[in-house]
Amino acid sequence: MTFEDWFRTDRLPHIYCAGCGNGTIINCTLSAVDQMGWKKDDTVFVSGIGCSSRAPGYIVTDSLHTTHGRALAFATGVKLANPVLNVVVFTGDGDLAAIGGNHFIHACRRNIDLTVVCMNNQIYGMTGGQGSPTTPWGCLSTTTPYGCAEPAFDLCELAIAAGANYVARWTSYHVKELEKAVKAGLETPGFSFIEAMTQCPTNFGRRNKFKQVADQVEYIKTHALLRAKRDRMIEQGEKVPDDFFVIGELMRRKRPAMGVKV
Amino acid sequence: MTRLEFWQGNTACAEGALAAGCRFFGGYPITPSTEVAEHMAVKLPKMNGVFVQMEDEIASMAAIIGASWTGARAMTATSGPGFSLMMENIGYAAMTETPCVIVNIQRGGPSTGQPTMAAQGDMLQCRFGSHGDYSVIALCPASVQEMYELTARAFDLADRYRVPVFLMADEIVGHMRERITVPDKVGQTPRRELDRGVLPFQPDADLVPGFATFGKGYGVHVTGLTHDERGYPCATNPGVHAALVRRLVDKIENARTAIADYDIINPDAEQVFVAYGAPVRTVQQVLHDRPDGMIGFLRLRTVWPFPEHSLKMFKNAKVFFIPELNMGQIAREIERHVKVPVVSLPKLGGDLHTPPELVAALEAHR
Ligand SMILES: Cc1ncc(C[n+]2csc(CCOP(=O)(O)OP(=O)(O)O)c2C)c(N)n1
Ligand code: SF4
Ligand SMILES: [Mg+2]
Repeated sequence: MTFEDWFRTDRLPHIYCAGCGNGTIINCTLSAVDQMGWKKDDTVFVSGIGCSSRAPGYIVTDSLHTTHGRALAFATGVKLANPVLNVVVFTGDGDLAAIGGNHFIHACRRNIDLTVVCMNNQIYGMTGGQGSPTTPWGCLSTTTPYGCAEPAFDLCELAIAAGANYVARWTSYHVKELEKAVKAGLETPGFSFIEAMTQCPTNFGRRNKFKQVADQVEYIKTHALLRAKRDRMIEQGEKVPDDFFVIGELMRRKRPAMGVKV
Repeated sequence: MTRLEFWQGNTACAEGALAAGCRFFGGYPITPSTEVAEHMAVKLPKMNGVFVQMEDEIASMAAIIGASWTGARAMTATSGPGFSLMMENIGYAAMTETPCVIVNIQRGGPSTGQPTMAAQGDMLQCRFGSHGDYSVIALCPASVQEMYELTARAFDLADRYRVPVFLMADEIVGHMRERITVPDKVGQTPRRELDRGVLPFQPDADLVPGFATFGKGYGVHVTGLTHDERGYPCATNPGVHAALVRRLVDKIENARTAIADYDIINPDAEQVFVAYGAPVRTVQQVLHDRPDGMIGFLRLRTVWPFPEHSLKMFKNAKVFFIPELNMGQIAREIERHVKVPVVSLPKLGGDLHTPPELVAALEAHR
């Protein structure tokens, strides 16, 4: 099998805009799932609401497309009621960190055996480009027309502080690394959080001086700092520029977990 | 074989759920419902079930819906403030036809209101509280015995009609202790699985589709978006939306008679009480004190879908009296169905009506 065998082909074409990074992240996730050798019948995809959260609708397994922000609470019910099921959650920055922020930290704290893939496009894509809790300082959106004046969340730091067993961040450019990180997440008992920085040309790129999709991908690529490099910079007393973000595996540990198949 | 117990209403509710096969409870503590959760927290782990205290009532509702899709009989219990938070995902359960049981031990509202005092102020919220059109089932117990029996029945109804079912109790019934006869076993009608080859949201003749349990190879897509019979989003086709919403309503409203549960007492009377929940007990006292058969009583255990045909049994009725622990929520519903005067007898603050208060109403309308 390959990742393509996991698609619900009678639902294609998808709703994503040309140049959207979501498809890349779905492909990476499905490749990782496929490598796990999991049966489709034992695998469930859960999501909230947003462009990112439409992903489960394109996957052939049982799938639960829920309410905005609540995916993790629904997934908790699925996983605790039947731990035999492998449960993977797709979410977005708004879904996970704004309306779903409370569910996010509590799912991390419980360390429930889910793998969560967050497509962080730093914007509310589906509703037409409003600011989100991860919109960078100064960036333009329809609700931050003079530049975002709120500091952004670091979702991975949040997941680490709240107790997740596995935390990694990659991007829509780093497909091999992203796929490996998702696989590591799927293999880890407990809560695994993989953040994928991605481009939304329609609602973020267009308003923030990225004329071409490739310009934004290039920006993501050049502003991603490997964890080891970041650590070296800090050691040497160098300042990490504010518009850079860390990529790599950021946490791997064995806190007691809930809902693990016995 | 049965056994006698002396239980609190909330304990009886939890025991009724367990007897009906409930194996998943997700909840958040709130007076006066907390004893239901506490009892489930003790019992479920010993019965191969799951108890989880969620971070709020939004999450509690979400968790029981998730659990239900794995085939589990799942429930939550709450009161006013938590009930308000549950509305979002109650709508999701209605739209996705997810069987689940929601217990509301009603207290005085609005807002934080009266945490330890009884009320029936959520009767319309339970019917209409989430956005859009849909129908639900609501049962109202008036004794500890009924806390047990109606909770157990709620699970059968939820599975039968694939709908959220509410046990709309109140602080009085939830917290009082009385004798209860506990059966050895409660009969259960299991959820009907989807037949292979049938679309997951394709209804049977009774308008209810079979259930595509997760993990059984159906590959079902469940969404709160308007969906076609495949379960696929189809949110801009007016016909698909209209047909879906009509079916969600009709599958319940057409089954009104089958779902109905009520007692008719003195059907020839001219003056008739209609009551549900704790006020039933005051009406019973009035009838006990006046055994002349002159006072009619429609005693409802099902409130939604409203069993309007039951009102027609009182052929000589000249006036209906509706004592409620709210400002007349069900009196309004009754007004829609009868041509004679309907006298709402609201009681707010947490106390029950006294028998003299009800007798005074009878005298005033003679
Ligand atoms: C309770 C509720 N509030 C608001 C909305 C409207 N809404 C739909 S998607 C969305 C934002 C999604 O943002 P994100 O999670 O980042 O997903 P993206 O579209 O960017 O992938 C909002 C606010 C909703 N569906 N439900
Ligand atoms: S709006 Fe943005 S996130 Fe949504 S599909 Fe288009 S490009 Fe992707
Ligand atoms: Mg987003």
